[in-house]
Amino acid sequence: MAFLSLDSISFARSGRSVLSDLSLGFRRGELVSILGANGAGKTSLLRLMLGLLRPETGRVLLDGQDLRRLSRQHIARLMAYVPQNRDLLPPYSVAQIVGLGRLPYGSLTRGLSEQDVSHVEAAMALLDLAALRDRPCTALSGGEYQRVLLARVLVQDAPVLVLDEPLSGLDYGHQIRLMALLARLAQEGRLVVMTAHQPDLVYRHASHVVLLEHGRLLAEGHPETVLDSATLGAFYGVALRHHDHDGQRFFMEGDGKS
Amino acid sequence: MRSRLCFAVALVVLGLGFGLSLIIGRFALSPTDLLHSVEGQGAPEIRAVLLEARLPRMIAALFVGAALSMSGSAFQSVFRNPLVSPDLLGVLSGAAFGAASAIIVHGSALEIEIATFLGGCCAVGFGFIVARLVGREGVLPLLLGGLISSALFTALLSLLKYLADPFDQLPTIIYWLLGSLAQTSWAQLAVLVPLLTLGMAVLWASGRVLDVFGLSDDEVRSLGLPIGVLRLGILAVATALSALTVSLAGIIGWVGLIMPHMARLLIGPEHRRLLPFAALLGACCLLLADTAARSLSPSEIPLGMMTELLGALGFILVLRQLRREGRL
Repeated sequence: MAFLSLDSISFARSGRSVLSDLSLGFRRGELVSILGANGAGKTSLLRLMLGLLRPETGRVLLDGQDLRRLSRQHIARLMAYVPQNRDLLPPYSVAQIVGLGRLPYGSLTRGLSEQDVSHVEAAMALLDLAALRDRPCTALSGGEYQRVLLARVLVQDAPVLVLDEPLSGLDYGHQIRLMALLARLAQEGRLVVMTAHQPDLVYRHASHVVLLEHGRLLAEGHPETVLDSATLGAFYGVALRHHDHDGQRFFMEGDGKS
Repeated sequence: MRSRLCFAVALVVLGLGFGLSLIIGRFALSPTDLLHSVEGQGAPEIRAVLLEARLPRMIAALFVGAALSMSGSAFQSVFRNPLVSPDLLGVLSGAAFGAASAIIVHGSALEIEIATFLGGCCAVGFGFIVARLVGREGVLPLLLGGLISSALFTALLSLLKYLADPFDQLPTIIYWLLGSLAQTSWAQLAVLVPLLTLGMAVLWASGRVLDVFGLSDDEVRSLGLPIGVLRLGILAVATALSALTVSLAGIIGWVGLIMPHMARLLIGPEHRRLLPFAALLGACCLLLADTAARSLSPSEIPLGMMTELLGALGFILVLRQLRREGRL
């Protein structure tokens, strides 16, 4: 049964349709990658899933319940989010930023409890951040900062992680490591929903792919069935060919005739 | 460790400043005079200078400086901008208009204070209404609302100045606008100090909320927090604090802009530590500025003018640091 589902969702901004009649369902244990050209409506889709935007028609169901009937705190305990626009924070330390992920569980007027601290320590250890705990976030590299934000959502201890373009700004090595980590988190029982622009990495690690075009669902399903050069070529408007090797699929520019 | 050292140094400076401020001024006192006055002995005129003039304005300087600095820290956090000061939403223009209105109708000192506070609150309330008309989310509508409210109340203040009696009311308004603690009384302090203390305590208790404002609105909502309500609540408390300081001391510029920034440089951005430290720095700054204002020349220099002079220099330091951090 789908843990997170969208039922005939439509959304418009300033009179312009952004998403139209979209129905999707995702189960726990899946790593879902949403692909689409710039402006296809990926970020709006994620914000609708999180209840940060209200659909014009349709509804979002989380664990069988209509999202509109759940309190903001309840949603925060079920879904954690890293947005695409990551504005530079004030120079808080790594441990402070990660600790903010415990806000859905505590009072705003007191500090972290012992249980909160153990969550923070575990997440920092998992993402190899223990040595950076006192470093201000303004002194981190892009890859380190991305790991800090991921640690913050892990500390939120939610079964659903929603990540908007988590691979952007990372070097190829960090992209591979992050995708592997997200796949592992999904295998452990979480539902991870992310947007991406890297079809080869998505093919390798994701368990479910959604192709979004001009706010409409173009295709969805297992990467093997959805991500081929013909579909992606038409999707992005470029000539593509692909090459399969050792369970991986590599996409290359060109039609293979030359 | 560093933060403890900073607190210790600031407390020592505050203590020394307080001692210095007690004895220097146009009517210089010796430590012996102080001791005699505390014991209930000594010349009555010395006791009068100390207990009726100097001590109340020193206490006022401490609380006004601390409150402005904490209010400025809160504003800078809510607007995610270290160059923001408490008058961003028009509180000073409104307060000035309120005070000038009361002066024009020959109000008593208490009526001027109340009109000042209400004027500041009205201006910010008007700014909030404009913000709601301009947009629903984010800090930009609030900034625009504040800008429009400031412009409106500044224009109204200019109108009152134009209408004021040039020999009596106009000089009073202008002197009031320059800011001063010279008229502070124990009766004023008895009302305002508990209110300022309450406002500062609320802000300090909201330290984690202020930390959260560093995140984007979407991130805060996804952490389960009602960002709009929290933002309005913090701004209401910070604005009330600013309006209270204006009703006590007139318009004191720069303290709410510079001191939070200096505190952040020394002790870091976490608000549970930043706010009390900023309050300490603000208290030190205004106490020393007021001591200088009443001691440097035979006739008292307006306190607001003194803080403007110091603030201009401090602002250069702030800009240098912002540039070093890559935020300018």
